[in-house]
Amino acid sequence: MTDRFHLDAVPIRLESCGKTFPGGSRALEPLDLTIRGGETIVFLGPSGCGKTTTLRMIAGLESPDPGGRVWFGEEDVTALPIERRNVGMVFQSYALFPNMSVAENVAYGLKVRRVERADRERRVEEMLDLMHLGAFAGRRVDQLSGGQRQRVALARALVVRPRVLLLDEPLTALDAKLRDSLRLDIDRLLRGLGVTAVYVTHDQGEAMALGDRIVVMAKGRVAQIGTPRDIYHRPTDGFVADFIGAMNRVSGQAQSGALRLGRGAFPWSGPDGPVELLIRPEDIALAAEGEEDTHLDGLVAAAVFLGDRTRLVVETGDGPPLTVDAASRSGLARGDRVGLRLDPSRLLNLPQP
Amino acid sequence: MSVTARLDPQSRDSLRLAALLAPTAALFAAFFLLPLARLFVIGGGGDEGWAVYATILTNRNHLDSLIATLLLSAGVTAVTLAVSTVAGLFLVRHRFPGHAILVAMLTFPLAFPGVVIGFMVIMMAGRQGLIGAITQALTGSKLVFAYSMTGLFLGYVYFSIPRVILTVMAAAEKLAPRLEEAARSLGASPWRVVADVILPALKPALLSAGAIAFATSMGAFGTAFTLATRINVLPMTIYTEFTLQANIATAAALSFLLGLITWAALALARSFAGSSVAAAG
Amino acid sequence: MTTMTLSRRGLSFWAQLVFTLLVCALLMAPVAMSMLAGVTANYFVGIKSGLTLRWVEEVWRLYADTIFLSLRIAFACLGCTLLLGVPAAYALARRQGAVARAVEELLMMPVAVPGLATALALIVTYGGVGDLRRSWLFILIGHVLFTLPFMVRAVLAVMTSIDLKTLEEGAASLGAGFARRFFSVVLPNCRSGILAGSLMVLTLSVGEFNLTWLLHTPMTKTLPVGLADSYASLRIEIGSAYTLVFFIMIVPSLILLQWLARHDRSAP
Repeated sequence: MTDRFHLDAVPIRLESCGKTFPGGSRALEPLDLTIRGGETIVFLGPSGCGKTTTLRMIAGLESPDPGGRVWFGEEDVTALPIERRNVGMVFQSYALFPNMSVAENVAYGLKVRRVERADRERRVEEMLDLMHLGAFAGRRVDQLSGGQRQRVALARALVVRPRVLLLDEPLTALDAKLRDSLRLDIDRLLRGLGVTAVYVTHDQGEAMALGDRIVVMAKGRVAQIGTPRDIYHRPTDGFVADFIGAMNRVSGQAQSGALRLGRGAFPWSGPDGPVELLIRPEDIALAAEGEEDTHLDGLVAAAVFLGDRTRLVVETGDGPPLTVDAASRSGLARGDRVGLRLDPSRLLNLPQP
Repeated sequence: MSVTARLDPQSRDSLRLAALLAPTAALFAAFFLLPLARLFVIGGGGDEGWAVYATILTNRNHLDSLIATLLLSAGVTAVTLAVSTVAGLFLVRHRFPGHAILVAMLTFPLAFPGVVIGFMVIMMAGRQGLIGAITQALTGSKLVFAYSMTGLFLGYVYFSIPRVILTVMAAAEKLAPRLEEAARSLGASPWRVVADVILPALKPALLSAGAIAFATSMGAFGTAFTLATRINVLPMTIYTEFTLQANIATAAALSFLLGLITWAALALARSFAGSSVAAAG
Repeated sequence: MTTMTLSRRGLSFWAQLVFTLLVCALLMAPVAMSMLAGVTANYFVGIKSGLTLRWVEEVWRLYADTIFLSLRIAFACLGCTLLLGVPAAYALARRQGAVARAVEELLMMPVAVPGLATALALIVTYGGVGDLRRSWLFILIGHVLFTLPFMVRAVLAVMTSIDLKTLEEGAASLGAGFARRFFSVVLPNCRSGILAGSLMVLTLSVGEFNLTWLLHTPMTKTLPVGLADSYASLRIEIGSAYTLVFFIMIVPSLILLQWLARHDRSAP
């Protein structure tokens, strides 16, 4: 049903876009980035990493420092204020107009564009139906739940057929359950509409689920750009590895072409000396203590039952405790002793943050 | 089209905001700052020259007038704060039939101008007033104090009560009920809760409301004017200097002094709490 | 604060209630007396002399022009404070820095500085400029200076309590230019502040005396000037009837203001 709302897929290009605030603090180091037409790109990072500043520069709410350029397709929009960029924007705090009904909110952008009344009403109605908001058209905004409000905000942003859809932490103000269902709605919309979308979040789950590509940011710089799989399985630095998902640190000793890690030894090409390696919880297998092929023995210091699995914290007596996932019905508990088998192909050796 | 020559959105926004503020700034500069500066210059243009700002208080009459005004305002502030805190807290902590009407009546005189306040004092304590009638019936002699400093005191308390009650109520309503509940769960009696929890929490509001009452009493003119021109408070002294003795320089210098005192009191109040400033009636 | 925190109504409740009622009586007794005096045939004799509208008619005959002038000034003052104050409040709300706070502080000065001083300053500066001194516009200038801070404060309070910046960004993202945003989003969402400020301006202007007493001329007497005049020189019934007229003029706006305040408090 979203087919008839299909939107243009305009690429976006940022050219050495940096941002220094009047106080002199650097919010964003000069950034070059191309967002492909129709792509959903997610800016992910902790607060203060520059992700929102980047989004606001694309929106036209902030200007880049001199020398920076923002391109929508072949058009240089750097000097255009937001109202002349034809974007759609969804805010964390909804930014719905309290003085207007749901339908009036959605119609606002069309009114501004002087869309003729009959056409306007038809488009508003279609959009409200698409967002399952038809029954709320006449409601006041303060009579809606948070999830409904954000759907109105989405409808309002999309009904004007924007060149680019910008979403600034749209799910952050919602509770967990609503967040999941609205995330699915947004996913469905973005795929269906084919619009170029820029999505800002601090939630890695949202980023993984929605992004064609993820831009991980830290301290005003891009830490890594890649598909969700790349980011998760092939992080390029320790910050990205730690920020996305749970990550363990294990230390080994490299010596003449072999890496010793607990009882195990793996082929190793790096120089000799101590090496710190990273490994995801799901890449560590559990076995009985001392069993053949295990690399480390440990004591379960804590076991947190999560329903589908049990997350264990295992003390190995060597370095920080490891996080390991056990099957839901494994029955392992605090005080049990276990053996650990590390998948050598999944060990990561990264520069530290 | 050259893009770089155009203003970026933020500069445009700043320009726009400046333009929106400009008419007010112009009016303010032309009709307030400039006249006040002129007043200051005229104050220094009298027989004594600029020394007037240093010597104005060596004039016995002016000094007496300033001291009387300060004492009056301090007294008004203390009494108003005490009365309004008791009544305001009571109204916030209890709901009963007629509550809304009581609040409405207590805050009704909020917008009375000074002259009307003066007339209310005459109605109470004037020659044909209520207190006079009651005392005559009880003791045979009529108690009349409207046309004196006591009458002015009553008038300023009358004027200040509604505003201070409103401030106390607004502040008390914002107090977290959890705080009081926590104190009571720890075994504090209702009186201890008031002394240890509520009054300290109201302190900023009380300071602010008190400073406002003080400044208003310092600068108000209408009430004194209605009651009697011979009450020796600073605004009346200024008025007399200006109209009867045509001594514009002295009037200007005294106005400046008065303005400085009230402005300082209110600036102090605002630094404690951002509540709205009082209208001097 | 929770109601009935002291659920048992002991002695202290009743003592405080009596005290509060006494304060209320102190405030209301003279109001009631003056209203009554305004319609009593002979106040010295008392109510038994009969009720009459004679004094109100007398007031109308003597002072109708002051009432009209006060209303004219009040509404002109409202117009000026709306045109000046609302944009100024918007600018101050949008800029939260030290400069904005200093400007705000400066704008409040006409309220802090006694009206007498402001009036004197205006007279010595503009008293000799053309016919201004004899015009009602001279009084209007004083009233605008004095009431503008109240308009700015009231509107600013609402503007800072809503997330104005995000609302505007929302409107801008939908293509609305500044004028459109200001009139379709900013102003409608500040209604309550604009209304409260307007009522405050009207009430204060109608009752302003401190400035007006020095600024007025025999040809430009406002209602409070007339009141002072009648209190000083006419019988108490006429002063009372005149006060009654004043009460009737300000009561509607006072009731509306109280209703607004309650409405704001109960809103989520």
